[in-house]
Amino acid sequence: MQRLHRLRTLPALLFLALAPVTTAASDLGEKVAQQGNDNGAAACVTCHGADGGGNGAAGWPRLAGMNADYLAKQLDDMASGKRDNATMNPIAKGLSAEERRAVSEYYAEMEAPTEAPGTDAAQSVVERGRAIAEQGLWRKGVPSCVACHGPGGDGVGADFPALSGQHANYIENQFTAWQDGTRHNDPNELMASVAERLTEEEIKAVAAWFASQPARPPAE
Amino acid sequence: MNKTHQETIRPGRHTAQLLAATLLVAGTAFAQDDETLTKQVELEQPPEASGEGYFDYPGMDEIPEGQFGEAVRSGMEAFINTLQHPEAKRHVGNGQNCANCHLGGGMAANSAPLWGAWGIYPKYRGKNDHVNTMDERIRGCFTYSMNAGDSEAGGPPKPDSQLLKDMQSFMFWSARGAPLGKNLPGRGYRSVEEPEDGYSISRGESIYQDQCAVCHAEDGSGKFTADGKQIFPPLWGEKAFNWGAGMHRINTAAGFIKYNMPLGKANPVEMHAALSDQEAWDVAAYMNSHERPQDPRWEGDKATTAEKWHDHTCLYNQEARGHTLGEGTE
Repeated sequence: MQRLHRLRTLPALLFLALAPVTTAASDLGEKVAQQGNDNGAAACVTCHGADGGGNGAAGWPRLAGMNADYLAKQLDDMASGKRDNATMNPIAKGLSAEERRAVSEYYAEMEAPTEAPGTDAAQSVVERGRAIAEQGLWRKGVPSCVACHGPGGDGVGADFPALSGQHANYIENQFTAWQDGTRHNDPNELMASVAERLTEEEIKAVAAWFASQPARPPAE
Repeated sequence: MNKTHQETIRPGRHTAQLLAATLLVAGTAFAQDDETLTKQVELEQPPEASGEGYFDYPGMDEIPEGQFGEAVRSGMEAFINTLQHPEAKRHVGNGQNCANCHLGGGMAANSAPLWGAWGIYPKYRGKNDHVNTMDERIRGCFTYSMNAGDSEAGGPPKPDSQLLKDMQSFMFWSARGAPLGKNLPGRGYRSVEEPEDGYSISRGESIYQDQCAVCHAEDGSGKFTADGKQIFPPLWGEKAFNWGAGMHRINTAAGFIKYNMPLGKANPVEMHAALSDQEAWDVAAYMNSHERPQDPRWEGDKATTAEKWHDHTCLYNQEARGHTLGEGTE
């Protein structure tokens, strides 16, 4: 009985022990997101929106609900220049390592918008995008998106980010960045190798498909 | 490569050389098509694709309506999502899908495409020393690659069962218009000759951790969703293909890996490789230097099983990293 008692109080004790730490980290994340810092980093919400949903017209990505390790790696890579992006490089450089981590966790914990970003593309284009996403283009050796990004393209761990619920503009821009080499921070050049095999029309279709899908929690 | 491995591969090599010599003789005496149907050895590597490219398999939107179409769809689902298909999953005793070793849902050239296999059966197979129908061949895949012995059903699907009818309908549909009895370009995997200095498991380990672990996990266990859908296939351990599957042979695995892996980086259809021949052999050896489910043809002990069934390039009953392989998994 005594042992049982001890077991029952354990979670409460753990909570008490962890609570202040968690709060401090998420406070810092929230502060960076809402206000930026004094070191030249602008507030994330300015472009990525109060709900972390991004901005489709401008091509700013959804951050809410993305994998924390993935986001932190992108910020680290944008700070070091491994991921080349004129807007984000100075911001990421202006954040400390601790701030980059905290703000990544802040957005990972935020619930993604429930509505899909949407697309103006014709239904036939969206369906073509779906076929590419789910089956690939194997006549020329392109694997399906879901083979790595997981069922539904909902993301797998730190290395394969969620594509569902992402803006079409952002996805298209990333393909261009992989193709022209301004983005080259993928594990083992996997995405760069795939990107170079797709045409502009195929990229637009696959981007339209994922933008037509709501964000979903990763399946892993 | 250490001395043990040099010794282990010798018997297999010897057989391979004999076969190669036989092929050479047969190749000069008979036309390709006659040979495909009659010779008592494994098929030669198919010719490379000519200017017209590979066999033009149908598109997924060309599956007809009606009972045959339903059979094709069911067979395709069984092939791609074997672990989810209501009947096929009952015969899977590990964590594999058929399409893990036949990329592109069984359609990719140089990734053992179904349209390349359909027209060469019934066929004599050295593996079981008799003429196999496609029905029996698929059951073999279940027995070894899908480790059916540990499945809910306890074995492969019954001959001529609805599942095998469906899977063969899918294969037949994919091969519509393909010539019969012809060794089509893109059939099977490209074979990759063993490097002069053999292979190295330790070099393979560092290639694996650098290039493969991101998907297949550091311990080779693959990745699954919380509800059991496979994301990346396991390569060794209890959820992998067993010691009787073709992929446990280092030469076969090297041939698959060379033009198919890492997924997206290599391109089997363009025959673009991401790894050198040496790297493909090294990493194939590393993958196959781990335990996996026991060979269902178990003869009571490893030595007898090895002697009867493993006269080829593999590490069954061989020393690797301080352990004699072939114990199987729990």
